[in-house]
Amino acid sequence: MSQGLLSDAFLISLIAGAVAAGIPLLLAGLGEQVSEKAGVLNIGIEGMMLFGAYAGFATAFGTGSLWLGFLAGAAGGLVLALLMALFCVRLGLNQIVIGIALTLGADGITALLHHVQFSRTYPRLPRVETLDIPGLSEIPILGPSLFARHPMVYVALFSVLVLTWLFRKTHVGLNLQAAGDKPDALDAAGISVVSTRTWSVLFTGVMAGLGGAYMAMIGAGIFVPFMTGGAGFIAIVLAMLARGRPLWVLIGAFLFGASLSLTTALQVGGVNVPTDVVQMLPFLMVMIVLVLFARRASLPAALGLPYVRGQR
Amino acid sequence: MTMASRPPEHATGAAEPIVVLRDITKRFPGVVANDRVSLDIHPAEVHALLGENGAGKSTLISILSGMQRPDAGTVEIRGRTMRIASPRTALDLGIGTVYQHPTLVPTLSVLENLMLGASWRAPMNRAATRARLDEIAALLGIALPEDAPLGSLSLGQQQLVEIVKALWRGEKVLILDEATSMLTPQGVEDLGRVIERLRDAGIAVLFITHKLHEAVRFGDRVSVLRQGRKVGSLSPEALGRLAPQEAIDHIVDLMFGGTADRTGAERSRAHRARAPGERMVIEVDGLRPAGDPDAAGEAGVSFAVHEGEIFGIAGVDGNGQKQLAEALAGQRGTEAGRIVLDGAAIEGLSVRQRQHAGLRYVTDDRLGEGTVSAFPVGLNLLLKRIGDAPFWRHGIIRNAEVERHARALIAEHDVRVPGPGTPLGHLSGGNVQKALLARELDDQPMAVIYNKPTYGLDLNNIHRARRAICERADEGVATILISTDLDEILELADRIGVMLDGRMVGIVANDGDAARRVGELMIGVGARA
Ligand SMILES: Nc1ncnc2c1ncn2[C@@H]1O[C@H](COP(=O)(O)OP(=O)(O)O)[C@@H](O)[C@H]1O
Ligand SMILES: [Mg+2]
Repeated sequence: MSQGLLSDAFLISLIAGAVAAGIPLLLAGLGEQVSEKAGVLNIGIEGMMLFGAYAGFATAFGTGSLWLGFLAGAAGGLVLALLMALFCVRLGLNQIVIGIALTLGADGITALLHHVQFSRTYPRLPRVETLDIPGLSEIPILGPSLFARHPMVYVALFSVLVLTWLFRKTHVGLNLQAAGDKPDALDAAGISVVSTRTWSVLFTGVMAGLGGAYMAMIGAGIFVPFMTGGAGFIAIVLAMLARGRPLWVLIGAFLFGASLSLTTALQVGGVNVPTDVVQMLPFLMVMIVLVLFARRASLPAALGLPYVRGQR
Repeated sequence: MTMASRPPEHATGAAEPIVVLRDITKRFPGVVANDRVSLDIHPAEVHALLGENGAGKSTLISILSGMQRPDAGTVEIRGRTMRIASPRTALDLGIGTVYQHPTLVPTLSVLENLMLGASWRAPMNRAATRARLDEIAALLGIALPEDAPLGSLSLGQQQLVEIVKALWRGEKVLILDEATSMLTPQGVEDLGRVIERLRDAGIAVLFITHKLHEAVRFGDRVSVLRQGRKVGSLSPEALGRLAPQEAIDHIVDLMFGGTADRTGAERSRAHRARAPGERMVIEVDGLRPAGDPDAAGEAGVSFAVHEGEIFGIAGVDGNGQKQLAEALAGQRGTEAGRIVLDGAAIEGLSVRQRQHAGLRYVTDDRLGEGTVSAFPVGLNLLLKRIGDAPFWRHGIIRNAEVERHARALIAEHDVRVPGPGTPLGHLSGGNVQKALLARELDDQPMAVIYNKPTYGLDLNNIHRARRAICERADEGVATILISTDLDEILELADRIGVMLDGRMVGIVANDGDAARRVGELMIGVGARA
């Protein structure tokens, strides 16, 4: 291989790109993992990310504050999640149909809002100021790509720990697992399945909204209609393959992030590969991973099934 | 004698009832599951609630446990009328329920299952949970592996965890819904000891069953539900006065209103028009079904069935009966052994080829692999002959032929259905089974395997199905009857093989002593044949 492939520039660009593209997947994947654990297959997550992306971008553009942007992004995801919870958890409608409907709806609404607000222009947000972690950010290659990022990156990484603790050490973890594996057991134990699932779906909305906001505000710096481009679905795959372990969502998110950022990294490294080929990589990767690991995915027994007390 | 109209009984000497159900009515679309049922539950007493499948037992206790709301009637706890709005309310009142369907999470450990149900804000207190578990385990006189995933425990142990969980928030009332249905005979004995300990500790136990001998064996007091109505009960004093057999006769009268034939065995077998022939129709030699290593024995299964003979296969559910049936029918591969049908080896043939050779399989999974609910009855009756003339020609279905065929079978087997075009899913369980029997017994079978042919049916349809089985055998069909209902096998079979752990542990003739010997073989104490 040419020496360009292993140059510092290439590696920094690859790792930085992996983080930039991986953080939205990580946030959304963790969110999806929670609702899947509780038995709700949240296909609407693609739409929730897009809502978060638009709300975050528009707010950050208007106010100049990324933190307000994240808040708005979370709220955007939450709005769709409320609908999802209402239709699929409270009313027991089909999760797949509602999820697809929400995603299609979000596609249309965000494109329309963007058109109304910005017409055909695609304004950019100013460059993001980073939080350089003293010491660590000076390590060659890894320093600039991992430890000089926006604080949201550290929040996302920290939430891996929080969720791991939540799943293993708290009643919330038990309740989530029971809601997904044997909801009638949870109900018989005196805990409402409907509210457990509702909270889990709302949490997914917030996480997906944050992921979308990160993608638009920090990853890209602009909002383009349909910009999530299947990231939500990759998050669903990640959550399914991770078998309930947040650490695996992290690993998967960065692997996919790396393959997404390979185009740029190769160009930075001076290697010319047709971009069309490289842009296929993430999806090739999904397929390879599915072929290799899908059989090992053990999904909650009641995933996708609405719960109605006393029904058989 | 009917006691439904009497006010709730008060046993002299016994403590006041802790729970009184008064005139509970619960309707579901099309059925009155409970019709003004009243019931008393006393401390330190086992109250057996007896009734056939569908009598409304589970519905009644789901009202007490907060899973369902009654349409009318009241629940009194210690003399005060209570509204039990949710399972949590019931638990807080000290009413614990072990449901008919398991309500534990197989992927969580025993301990975690017991911690389930605390407020999400509460810290997870493993030590306290362990202590409480040990306390209840001591009360029950049992030991449990606390950190093993629940799914890895035997069904009997899982049942005990259910009981521990039901008693968790206070040991006052314990409801057991069909608690013995998944247990081995040994497991039933163990459960009996646990129940006695609980009663002696002052707990009120409501023991629900559809098995008469269990009601008499476990109950201090027996109430009988029939088609949603309480048709009578026996107080402890009344039970004490009666000899066991008298009590059973009395309860049978209550349950079946005198219409049931208690001497079913004699009647049915007397109905057999002719004795089994000499000709061997099925020979099974050293058959080992593929898969499920724990359910397939080493030596394999061997037996033979003669022309016109009913060969019963008894055993506790899950001892390899289904695997054997599927291997015979060709739905499951075999690792070793031979199957000979009418002199020709068939173990290499496909399902379809075996059917053409005259072997039929009436599955116990009627709505799963047996039928397609969304298809019309007429098509379901031809499900195993799709593509065959005269019903299909050049791949095109000929509706007139299908309908003619369906009408004939519907009439012959008395399937209650508006017409051949009705989707099968609209039929009741009994009529689905009639349709299934009609299909499998059509077109000159030589040998038929029945797997639990009367499971889940009501009494009328049970008799009808059993009669159909006998009639076919009289016509010379070699019959393999797999059933977990020992009474059924004793009633119908000429010889009885017993399966245990995937092996055929013995074959006995169905004579006067068969019940005892089969029972011993089932629990693994009989001599190997
Ligand atoms: N949730 C339900 N919806 C509709 N019908 C029901 C429901 N639960 C029970 N039933 C009907 O009520 C009757 C009594 O059922 P159940 O209480 O389960 O009887 P048992 O426990 O005595 O076998 C049956 O006819 C059953 O089909
Ligand atoms: Mg029941």
